[in-house]
Amino acid sequence: MKWVLRIFLALLVLAIAGVAWWLFAQRQAPLPPAETTAAKLQDPQLIARGAYLATIGDCAGCHTAQGGKPYAGGRSLPTPFGDVPAPNLTPDDATGLGQWSFDAFWRAMHEGVGRDGHSLYPAFPYTSYTKVSRQDAFALFAYLKTLPPVRSENGSPSLRFPYDLRASLATWRALYFRPGEYLADPKQSDEWNRGAYLVQGLGHCNECHVARDNLGGMPKNSTLTGGQIPAQNWYAPDLSTRDHGGLQGWSTGDIVALLKTGQSSKGAAFGPMADVVMQSTQHMHDGDLRAIAVYLQSLPPRPAPGKGDSPLDASALLADGAKLYATQCASCHGKDGQGITGVYPPLAGNASVTEPSGINAIRIVLLGGFAPSTAAHPRPYSMPPFAQQLNDRDVAAVVSYVRHAWGNGARPVMERDVATYRHTPVE
Amino acid sequence: MSLLSSACLALAILAAALPTTVVRATDAPTVPDTLKQRIAACTACHGEHGEGTPESGFFPRLAGKPAGYLARQIRNFQDGLRKYAPMEYTVRGLTPEYMHEIAEYFAAQRVPYEHSPVPRISKAMLDRGKTLATEGDPARKLPACAACHGTQLTGVEPDIPGLVGLPYDYISAQLGSWRTHTRAMVAPDCMATIASRLSEADITAVSAWLATRQVSVDAHAQPVGSVTPPLACGVLGAKEVAR
Repeated sequence: MKWVLRIFLALLVLAIAGVAWWLFAQRQAPLPPAETTAAKLQDPQLIARGAYLATIGDCAGCHTAQGGKPYAGGRSLPTPFGDVPAPNLTPDDATGLGQWSFDAFWRAMHEGVGRDGHSLYPAFPYTSYTKVSRQDAFALFAYLKTLPPVRSENGSPSLRFPYDLRASLATWRALYFRPGEYLADPKQSDEWNRGAYLVQGLGHCNECHVARDNLGGMPKNSTLTGGQIPAQNWYAPDLSTRDHGGLQGWSTGDIVALLKTGQSSKGAAFGPMADVVMQSTQHMHDGDLRAIAVYLQSLPPRPAPGKGDSPLDASALLADGAKLYATQCASCHGKDGQGITGVYPPLAGNASVTEPSGINAIRIVLLGGFAPSTAAHPRPYSMPPFAQQLNDRDVAAVVSYVRHAWGNGARPVMERDVATYRHTPVE
Repeated sequence: MSLLSSACLALAILAAALPTTVVRATDAPTVPDTLKQRIAACTACHGEHGEGTPESGFFPRLAGKPAGYLARQIRNFQDGLRKYAPMEYTVRGLTPEYMHEIAEYFAAQRVPYEHSPVPRISKAMLDRGKTLATEGDPARKLPACAACHGTQLTGVEPDIPGLVGLPYDYISAQLGSWRTHTRAMVAPDCMATIASRLSEADITAVSAWLATRQVSVDAHAQPVGSVTPPLACGVLGAKEVAR
């Protein structure tokens, strides 16, 4: 049955692809090599601005392999459809951006089309980068052109059928992608508009902080509502600070503190967000961080979640969890889950504890780890991994307790969830 | 200081300390501002003093190893030269300064060595292990372990680790890792060259013999420059290159 469904889906995708092919020319004209904008690209102020923008966009986060030269590519982004390697952004003629003109770079950022005219896979978040202004793209390009060229061949995506067909990509683009620069909202303040521009554009926050559908597309009418990051098994929480939002009650200062230092009185960054803080947001200007906070605080309230009632009686699990919490967790996180600001995050009211899936709390208990190293916290405290010490039931018990206690009110997690995430590869 | 003034001082300290202690007891937990407290993620597996788990052989001893070596291992996990997902995850964000501070902490620890289990192998095999470790096998271009790791195999400051006091499982796993490219060093990788020249029986023999060595608690690495490595080693010649 599953196979019939799959074949049907594949045929459906192909049929839509055919129509999409008809409607949108699938391959655009190749662009000529770099023209003579060379002089303009030398402006040191432009280059410095480009460097800052590259940091905001965290380009190096994907375009640098583990232990590799910065921006020389080589890291593969895992997706549910297969792995997509991030290419070399250094100005090497043969393997990098050496032969790229600004027009080609702009087309990649704005339209998601490569220099050879082929559509790019949306693992490159052009769905967000299309909002970036042409001036900012030019500054970014100027900066990338100053990097030491590194010869590093780009890998090929290893995608499963039918996603390996470029025609599938035409379908995807027809369904989910509309190019367009950010348009300022005249009803909002300059600060709000700056925040919206950064969050929606280079910051590409929505690429993780929204639930994607089965084809990896992002819903049009909801942004930053939170979702499981595909193929990485972390949950990126809802970012609304209003009623029932993931960051309910977070002040401007809390948001700025988390992005700048990795920690706030409401929670700490971990997993993929720890990398984002260390490589990107901690280096952002305070004005930009405040603008981001102002924008996030304007996100709408969310509908009240359904009661965390489970048909199963979790009382025994919760009682065991309470005992484990008292012996294993309370000495750092406090008996009431209040944490210690700047040292250990609170667990009461923490969006990463109460997120719908339970993945984050389970994996943090199993993996432990250090809080992000930032200029504010260069010697962060850490949490011991409990994978060796606690079995699946113990982890389920303590996580269920933490999700339930102190008014957190989130549903319990199952032993089988722990078993699954115990074996999730750590990226 | 007179008895009276000491008593007054003690009372004053108590009075000053009392309210905060009481508040903290009911409110937030108190956390010591020590490196040991900060690195709970390390000590959970490697032990509070870096003693490792000699009984299981899984988590290696860190205590007393040269700091340069330990810091380099953290860096190698960051860079993916050494492959072990939980370690790569744990150390991914540490700054070079913090890495060195953590390395110094474990290098300074002095804890007794514990005996770890060794597989039952023949005396001939053990003798073979001893020969490899102390004399090498010139015909196969295998230098003695002692040629680099020190005459007592306790390591050499600041970059070469001791080989004694480690469990059999750990040593044999590391030599195997060099052969399967899940452990590597900055090129030229001398240990990769050596491991590729060892047979599986050699690895068993040399790991078993090393694991049988008794080590005194005050054993320490030899001083800087006390050995002349017979092979070119990136980690010894070319120092850490900034990324």
